[in-house]
Amino acid sequence: MATVETRDIRKLFGDVKAVDGVDLLVKEGEFLVFLGPSGCGKTTLLRMIAGLETQTSGDILIGGQVVNDLPPRARKIAMVFQSYALYPHMTVYRNIAFPLKAQGFPGDQIPQKVEWAASTFGIGKLLHRKPRELSGGERQRVALARAVVREPSVFLLDEPLSNLDAKLRTSARDELQQFQRRIGTTTIYVTHDQVEAMGLGDRIAVMSGGKVRQLGSPQEVYNEPADTFVAGFLGSPPMNLFERDDYIAGFRPETFLPVGLHDTSEPLVTLWAKIHRVEHLGADRLLYGTMRDTFPNEKVIINIPFTVEMQITPGEVYEFAVKEKDIKFFDRSTGLRTEPRRFWEKRS
Amino acid sequence: MSKGMYKAKAWGAKGGNFGILAAFIAFAAFPFYWMLMTMFKETRDLMNPNHNPYLYHMRPTLEHVRVLFFDTLYLQWLWNTAFVGFLVVLITLITAIPAGYSLARLTGKTGERLGIGIFLTYLVPPTILFIPLSKVISSLGLQDSLYSLVLVYPSFTIPFCTWLLMGFFKVIPKDIEEAAMIDGHSRLGAFLKVVMPMSIAGVLTVIIFTFTLVMQEFVYGLTFITASSRFTVSVGVPTFLVRGDVYFWGSLMGACFIASVPIAILYNLFVDRFIAGFTVGAIK
Ligand SMILES: Nc1ncnc2c1ncn2[C@@H]1O[C@H](COP(=O)(O)OP(=O)(O)OP(=O)(O)O)[C@@H](O)[C@H]1O
Ligand SMILES: [Mg+2]
Repeated sequence: MATVETRDIRKLFGDVKAVDGVDLLVKEGEFLVFLGPSGCGKTTLLRMIAGLETQTSGDILIGGQVVNDLPPRARKIAMVFQSYALYPHMTVYRNIAFPLKAQGFPGDQIPQKVEWAASTFGIGKLLHRKPRELSGGERQRVALARAVVREPSVFLLDEPLSNLDAKLRTSARDELQQFQRRIGTTTIYVTHDQVEAMGLGDRIAVMSGGKVRQLGSPQEVYNEPADTFVAGFLGSPPMNLFERDDYIAGFRPETFLPVGLHDTSEPLVTLWAKIHRVEHLGADRLLYGTMRDTFPNEKVIINIPFTVEMQITPGEVYEFAVKEKDIKFFDRSTGLRTEPRRFWEKRS
Repeated sequence: MSKGMYKAKAWGAKGGNFGILAAFIAFAAFPFYWMLMTMFKETRDLMNPNHNPYLYHMRPTLEHVRVLFFDTLYLQWLWNTAFVGFLVVLITLITAIPAGYSLARLTGKTGERLGIGIFLTYLVPPTILFIPLSKVISSLGLQDSLYSLVLVYPSFTIPFCTWLLMGFFKVIPKDIEEAAMIDGHSRLGAFLKVVMPMSIAGVLTVIIFTFTLVMQEFVYGLTFITASSRFTVSVGVPTFLVRGDVYFWGSLMGACFIASVPIAILYNLFVDRFIAGFTVGAIK
């Protein structure tokens, strides 16, 4: 177990700033997720921590020690690749034993370690098979077993679940988290799937354009986005954002409900919206519309749980309300969070 | 169409397949058959235009084989070829494996252009190169030595094999190497433990190709070697078994047959891998 720290780390590929000044401190035993859209530099950052890519500038520390000049094998890390990168010419047993042999582990203890790692992931019966004879889910387990067998101090995982189908992904996510909690190894997990990030992470580093836009718990990044990028990236559908003179105001689709549905003493802001289209998505009903008075003709998406049976007809105008505290404000030029601007009092 | 017609069609297709296959097999095997026949045929039998050339009309004879083995230095030539071939294979592997690997991992345009450049040198024919190279050989004092061939042959085997191996290395995902580096190996260790075992087919291809190229080379062998005891098969056989306009057909065919069969068998053992070797890198 160890902490992982990056200090103003940068990586240029030609003139592409793949990673552009990232400061991070991953705590001991923490499960940290790098979340961001494709091409934002998540993999590059992870590969620099692994030592597979050399940073253009900045320092990387693992367990408090600067590892800039250490090769991957000396960093006490294990990595699971998106492709799993199993050794195709070796059996599952030899795949799992490979890191032990490479690190000069005493030969007589290897079988026992391999058994332990394999049984942890329920692949004890597959030890004699070759990777090509395994299903996607089984390959993923072999990759995980190979990563844990040497008990590394840091786990690096690059979208390890993205090759699995949706159902398997959910159960694998659950297993992965339980496993990480049990062994308590510091883990960095890369994904562009926000559901995965919210479900797994102790904290999430939301990235874009090579920078970390926000680092916080899943609730923090979701409820208190640090800037418009985070607000627009998280949530599906994402936060409704409205540009005004020098600020941007926003609220989440599920906080904007027909006015009668709020039974709260908290202060509410009521706004009118015309609904154009209704989508039924099982658990939710999505309303697509445009705002009236305060933000005339701006598009808005509203998410109403299916338990609300209120009849909504496209083409009609309804009165909606959002709690004052659920409205977030951002600076229009920088996109960063600002103090609330009580725009509703200026209403004519 | 009725069921019966489908069946008839299926049989027809099978028959067609078989016919085509048989034609190709006949085409490929015919030279061997011809060599084998002629090798044991009395010269009078062979030369008589009234005799069916595909069959024996007189008793087969071992005379030509005797001439080949006892009146010429055929065994010595075979040995010389094997000796040169072995060393050239070794040199080629030692050079082409690292070169092919580096080129495969040099991403972007540079690697590709370098690869093409190296391959182009393979296309310069020995008939142009042997004159300048003979200067090199004589200044090294290697005239009339088998080592001159050991030195010169890699000039065409290395480019070809580098290019071939590059294709094999390219299809090995980088991830796998990187996994090995994280699992505790250096780059060299990862290469030896993971990349090489996955490239056995490529190495086999290189060995067999190099050997074939060495066996069929003629120009350098003829110009750099003068002593008959140091000839390779490809030079010794035509030099000694074609005297003026007299062709010792039986012995010639025997020499060719004996030299070509081992290679043919090797090819057949690894034919699937060869095909993989040539199409590798064609896609992707
Ligand atoms: N070897 C490389 N050479 C040049 N540019 C690269 C290289 N690797 C990555 N990049 C560029 O750096 C940026 C970040 O890439 P990276 O792979 O880190 O993105 P990512 O966040 O992992 O994306 P994804 O979710 O698609 O995997 C991209 O613009 C990419 O094109
Ligand atoms: Mg990536």
